[in-house]
Amino acid sequence: MTLTELDAAAVRLSTAPEPVGPLRSRQLLAPVRRGWRQLTSMRTALLLLFLLALGAVPGGFLPQRSLNPIKVDEYLAAHPSLGPLLDRLSLFDVFAAPWFAAVYLLLFISLAGCLVPRIRLHARALRKPPPQAPLHLSRLPVSARWEIDGTADDVLQHAKTTLRGWRQVRRGDALSAEKGYLRESGNLLFHVSLVLLLVGIAVGAFFGFKGTVLVKEGSGFANAVLNYDDISPGRRFTESSLVPLNFTLDDFRATYGPDGAARTFNADIRFAPDADTTPRPYDVRVNHPLHVGAAKVYLLGHGYAPVVEVRDASGELAFPAQSVPCLPQDAKFLSSCTIKVPDTRGEQLAFEGVFTPTTVQNESGSVASAHPAAQSPALTLVGFRGDLGLDAGVPGSVYELDRRRLKEIDGGRPKLLGLGQTWDLPGGGSITYVRTTEWATFQVTQDPGKLLALIASVGMVLGLCLSLFVRRRRFWVRVVPAGTGGTADTDRRTVVEVGGLARTDPDAFRAEFDQLVRELQDRSPARTGGQE
Amino acid sequence: MADLSDSLLFAAVVVYALAMLGFAGDSASRRAKRMLSVPAARERALVGAGAPVTSTPAPPALRQRSAADAHGFAGTVALGLTCLGWVLHLASVVTRGIAAERLPWGNMYEFSCTTALVAVTCFLVLVLRGRVDRSLGAFVMLPVVLYLGLAGTVLYTAVGPLVPALNSYWIKIHVAAAVMASGAFLLSGVLALLFLIRHRYDARTDVGQAVRFPVSLGRGLPSASSLDRSTYVVIAFAFPIWTFAIIAGGIWAEAAWGRYWGWDPKETWSFITWVLYAGYLHSRATAGWKGRKAAWVAVAAAAALIIDYYVVNIFVVGLHSYA
Repeated sequence: MTLTELDAAAVRLSTAPEPVGPLRSRQLLAPVRRGWRQLTSMRTALLLLFLLALGAVPGGFLPQRSLNPIKVDEYLAAHPSLGPLLDRLSLFDVFAAPWFAAVYLLLFISLAGCLVPRIRLHARALRKPPPQAPLHLSRLPVSARWEIDGTADDVLQHAKTTLRGWRQVRRGDALSAEKGYLRESGNLLFHVSLVLLLVGIAVGAFFGFKGTVLVKEGSGFANAVLNYDDISPGRRFTESSLVPLNFTLDDFRATYGPDGAARTFNADIRFAPDADTTPRPYDVRVNHPLHVGAAKVYLLGHGYAPVVEVRDASGELAFPAQSVPCLPQDAKFLSSCTIKVPDTRGEQLAFEGVFTPTTVQNESGSVASAHPAAQSPALTLVGFRGDLGLDAGVPGSVYELDRRRLKEIDGGRPKLLGLGQTWDLPGGGSITYVRTTEWATFQVTQDPGKLLALIASVGMVLGLCLSLFVRRRRFWVRVVPAGTGGTADTDRRTVVEVGGLARTDPDAFRAEFDQLVRELQDRSPARTGGQE
Repeated sequence: MADLSDSLLFAAVVVYALAMLGFAGDSASRRAKRMLSVPAARERALVGAGAPVTSTPAPPALRQRSAADAHGFAGTVALGLTCLGWVLHLASVVTRGIAAERLPWGNMYEFSCTTALVAVTCFLVLVLRGRVDRSLGAFVMLPVVLYLGLAGTVLYTAVGPLVPALNSYWIKIHVAAAVMASGAFLLSGVLALLFLIRHRYDARTDVGQAVRFPVSLGRGLPSASSLDRSTYVVIAFAFPIWTFAIIAGGIWAEAAWGRYWGWDPKETWSFITWVLYAGYLHSRATAGWKGRKAAWVAVAAAAALIIDYYVVNIFVVGLHSYA
């Protein structure tokens, strides 16, 4: 068979784009059209795919601002010459970098340019009957020929029933059959779903919202942008789309194994859409978020908040029993605490130190925690006296002390306070460690693109399975009345010629082809095995 | 029960190692035989390809498979040992699960053992269904033995309960899919490397050049086209599963961490792996990329998978740092 003949038989068996050929037209738009064809070619798509993978590599190795800005700062400090260069290339914000966006947008434009004509081609292929049988079936990749009893019509009728489930059409003395259209349908479904997935992600990025907030036991939270510790709203997000929500953290519990590995986290909250509704209880756990309308509330982290009481030099209660959230520093929950006491008569007071849930002290006097559970909690504090600098109007972190106008109490010697103990400060005033409470951080998210992304993902997997496991193949039967034989119909003999073609997995098709040939021969036994 | 699991794994590694030696001996002896009687082998191959009704000659792959039917005693023993090792390996994974009272996919050690089990299962299925030549056994068993050895020594973790984030029914779905796809992908990486060796061997010998190690290994390998097809079959099997694993991971991440995707290092490398395998599938349909270049893409993708698993877990701190 000539190459063109095989091509004709294989026409529309694949709707892969044709290679970019030489350009003939001399129109004004010729360069544009040429560029478009280049962009939508498979080769360009392949290069863009590899660029995408390559571009993501620094995102997998270098610290990323979106995940951990502190790490990025540490890296910049450790690499003073290389760091800024990498930063200028947006290598610490790879997935928000313009060049990364350029790659995936080009890829999706290329995909769309490839997809639209293929959808049109496939829609046409779905309506059209299978193509005409090639002249020389014996030159197809698999073929067979034999002679049997019966008229040509009988044989073709039999072939028609044998090929049930195939799309078939009879043209004169030949039957064309085709199967496996779902392969291309699946392929197109996968790629369309991919575009939908990107749309879903974009919707989430534009209209979504994410905020985190630290809530102490006994405290509440009202869903408003101002009440969050940290927010990352989408570009088109408006506060009015925040779900109405109030909740109170009643109790946080963590359990640990003997080795200190966490077993369970549990945050008992009561929530309501507004202050007037009776709140309902819910236990927020890892893998068990709270759903409220379009928002979800997740348990993100936890820590200790020792309750302390501070009296000033005059004996007045300057800091009535309040819980102070301490930030965990290691896996055993040694946590750093900062206590600011501005409402004193005379000099303001402040304390800095660590909280240790299971306190151990070594010979040199430094404390550590041996276990994350509060088995023998203690506060180890250094006291300060002076001006906290809160009136300057410069917003400062509650977790940091501005020490410029503070002087250390007792020469900066740390004081270890067990549960219930009081430290009478030299020079007046006292601090008491009353009891231990805990805090939890919650994340509230709203992602309106989530459902679309999920649907698109299901479409992707379904499309992939169809496009990888369904085989598209063609089968032709041609009958020619045998030259010799009686005149009566019963004596008629027919020469049967069959051929098959499959684009993928020729081994599997060969087995199917052999089976089909056997079925065609078996029901009307061959008198002679006219095999070549 | 946990000790039993450890002993079973040790036994499995020993049996796999013996199987590897058997496969190697088998292919060496066949190579020697083939040198002695090349014409006879070719004749037998043609007879074997004569399917009852087809009139066209079988493609080289079929001939290759028929030629490979002429296996020696060592190969049969090696295959039997692999099956025995597989049973021990399976028993080790099952007893580990019983000991921990959960699915044995909670840390890197358990994950590695299950991944290797999937790779061996894939290989055995392909061999028994005649889609892959058993002479590849030595090349497949070598990385499996090394992989399990690494798992049993460096990554070994005593049986323990899960950290809270892993305590979800999604662990069954997400990790099962990831393990299955990883096992198959690792196998495909070996097949792609073997294809490259055979391809280079063919190119060198066609022009009469001398071949040295490792290209000389190509002499005992199945034809380049059949290795290419085996690589594709395994990747086509694993790719939808990997896609599903990533999506299931996204659904789980949405429930556990509040977002379905966040470019955590593990997610990033899974994405890179996914894109590279997508590239592999496209490259096979692109002129100028079939064969050698496509195989390199498959090797690069397998490397990304290994980085995704080992380098990310051990050296990069992210949300997936459990073990």
